Amino acid sequence: MLGPDIVWYLAVAAFLFATGALGVLLRRSPLIVLLSLEIMLNGANLALIAFARLHGEASGQIFALAVMAVAASEVVVGLGLIVAIARKRIDLDVDKLSFLRG
Amino acid sequence: MGNVVVWAVWVVAAFSCLASGIAVVSFTNPFFSALALIGNLASLAVLYLLLSAEFVAAGQVLVYAGAVMVMFLFVTAYLGGRADAPWAGGPSWQQFGAVLAAGAILVEVIVVIGLKAGGRLSHEAKIDGSFGSPRQIGTLFLTDHLLAFEITSVVLLVAAVGAVILGAHSRRPGTTAGVIHEREVRARP
Repeated sequence: MLGPDIVWYLAVAAFLFATGALGVLLRRSPLIVLLSLEIMLNGANLALIAFARLHGEASGQIFALAVMAVAASEVVVGLGLIVAIARKRIDLDVDKLSFLRG
Repeated sequence: MGNVVVWAVWVVAAFSCLASGIAVVSFTNPFFSALALIGNLASLAVLYLLLSAEFVAAGQVLVYAGAVMVMFLFVTAYLGGRADAPWAGGPSWQQFGAVLAAGAILVEVIVVIGLKAGGRLSHEAKIDGSFGSPRQIGTLFLTDHLLAFEITSVVLLVAAVGAVILGAHSRRPGTTAGVIHEREVRARP
């Protein structure tokens, strides 16, 4: 294969996943938490496609496409929730969203 | 010669991918974060092309960088996108814990990859030109992975219905949204 080995792609995927996890844990705006979740999903997608290339088996790409569809639905529901929260004039801060606490 | 070009493209794509990922996490304005994520997705599509996943790269640009991010930008513009400084007020124990946990995940993933697959990662399988082409993906989707295909469509339908229910602000008593609204009004101080 031309270019770098699969292990380099996996390193990029691991860094992306860690960056996304950092954003999810660190940020308080739910919009940026959703964006960081997207980064984590994309890191997983890159690993899936790298392994699909390693084994010469296109099923990994099918899985990546399914992850993409799940990510799209997750964004739809998440943005719907955020808009519904903002419409109730509640502060958009994940530390203050404790309505459902028992 | 071709090898050098592929390496150069890989270095540029991987660097812009990581840099825009860090930018998404560190920008204070959600609008700029969303714009940085578009760059992240585009450079990931280049990496997918290098791994000969043409159809997934096209889907990434169309679905993610196109549809999903436009929705994100609309919602950010609608909500006004208030600034949220990630490091405001000096490092707290929460932020320290977040950095520690993210670093632990990174080390864990790298160690597991190194231990389980260290020696075998440099022997890629031989592939022909049709690997990752729309024809192959479509054939796999409609033969081997038909169940996954159908379940994906159900998931998308449920998400669309859920978004409509979340977005409908019915104040009428008796409906689910109305009941939730009344409960919140009562709980409000």
